[in-house]
Amino acid sequence: MAIDKNSTGYTFLFSIAMVVVVGTALAFTALSLKDRQDANAADKKMMDILGAIGVSADRTNANTLFAEYVVERVAIDLDGRQVSATSTAVDPKDKADPFSIDVKKDYRASIKSAVKAADGDEAALAAALADKDLEFPLFRCVTDAGQNLYVIPVVGSGLWGPIWGYVALEEDMTTIFGANFDHKTETPGLGAEIKESFFTDKFKGKKLDVEGSALFSVLKGGAPTDENSVDGITGGTITSKGVDEMINRTLKVYLRYFESQTRAQR
Amino acid sequence: MSTDTAAATAKKESLFSKKNRKLLVDPLDDSNPITVQVLGICSALAITVQLQQAVIMSLSVLFVMIGGNVIVSLLRNMIPDRIRIIVQLVVVASLVIIVDQVLKAYQPDISEKLSVFVGLIITNCIIMGRLEAFALGNKPGPSFLDAIGNAMGYAWILLAVSIVREVFGSGAISLPGMGQVKFLPTEWFMSEGGFYENNNLMILPPMALITVGIIIWIQRSRNQALIEEN
Repeated sequence: MAIDKNSTGYTFLFSIAMVVVVGTALAFTALSLKDRQDANAADKKMMDILGAIGVSADRTNANTLFAEYVVERVAIDLDGRQVSATSTAVDPKDKADPFSIDVKKDYRASIKSAVKAADGDEAALAAALADKDLEFPLFRCVTDAGQNLYVIPVVGSGLWGPIWGYVALEEDMTTIFGANFDHKTETPGLGAEIKESFFTDKFKGKKLDVEGSALFSVLKGGAPTDENSVDGITGGTITSKGVDEMINRTLKVYLRYFESQTRAQR
Repeated sequence: MSTDTAAATAKKESLFSKKNRKLLVDPLDDSNPITVQVLGICSALAITVQLQQAVIMSLSVLFVMIGGNVIVSLLRNMIPDRIRIIVQLVVVASLVIIVDQVLKAYQPDISEKLSVFVGLIITNCIIMGRLEAFALGNKPGPSFLDAIGNAMGYAWILLAVSIVREVFGSGAISLPGMGQVKFLPTEWFMSEGGFYENNNLMILPPMALITVGIIIWIQRSRNQALIEEN
């Protein structure tokens, strides 16, 4: 070859050509697989929501079971006002569908930094989020026994990365019917235990303390618990605190909605 | 450039000559990447709880390994020496991203279980090691065989360890597409009044290390040439 392949010019040309080829190939792969990946993510979301009301679904029947149990999908704003509601079939591509509200993205983009800046000051947090135009999805389900359940997605931060989950409330809107949690990178054996049933089972039948300062508490491992709290995970203190924080912060928004609903009924 | 150019031009070498067979077979035993070279141990310990994960992981590594070795071998006379490591890294990283995307689209559950370990194939020393030590100096044909040999050497250890761990740890066996099959009758278990209990230690990471250790022990007692002199 006549070209000196160790010359600076050749090195630059080679790098540029390589980056272009690789970039094109990866962009093509990502685009051609996106539909399937989105469908998988939607299935997973349905499985998690159904899991919170105690219906176990897999990827093959998630769509049918979701259509069967989830009777209404509502979007509410920060003040608890209903923005939209629908009970038609889920279309994951429809951006206006409350099902498509990406609570994880909202959390990452605006809520996370606001929570940190507010440092427990509720008024400051509400003020910081007021102009963010956030919407919160709510899933109303009816069980086989005819029980009305409300499933609420929650997102927060653990020790290493995001944690999230779904909390199902009973018709009185204060009793927890069930909950499930998941995480991205919590420590296996410690914080990662929040997704195990021994932890999530403790939430069943607990009540939200509507009058008190905190709606619900995840206590440090071993502390005595009452009907408004559960025992946290020993060795997973920060992850447990994250669960506590995301439940309190998120449910407060929904509580405003529930209050307006009960007032309207009277 | 390459060591076997002279031989190859003199006589078209058969793909299954003795030397090429050696490329394929050696990594299975004498120069096994995991048990002899002790490379790629991290993933071998982390994802061997279930057989289905080990199968998918092995296939992913096989794909990345073959792709990487063949591409780098084809480009070996064009890659500038000064940036060769980063070129190798880009080739491996792109292949891994493709694998990750495909798994997310077609095997979402297993992809979730493998989590970061698919991405970590990029840092699997076996792959970079073979690119640097073999593909950069050899033709695509032998590089292809070398890739299969090393990926299979990695794969059979993974499969062996995961079968041991899943059978004794969960009393089950799982394959991609058919899920986990529990083959022990439920009345055997102590909770049902039987005599048997799954060994929970098997599911924990230390048992992977011990299982790999046992394989190394068996291998070296059978093949004494592998024992290092102090």
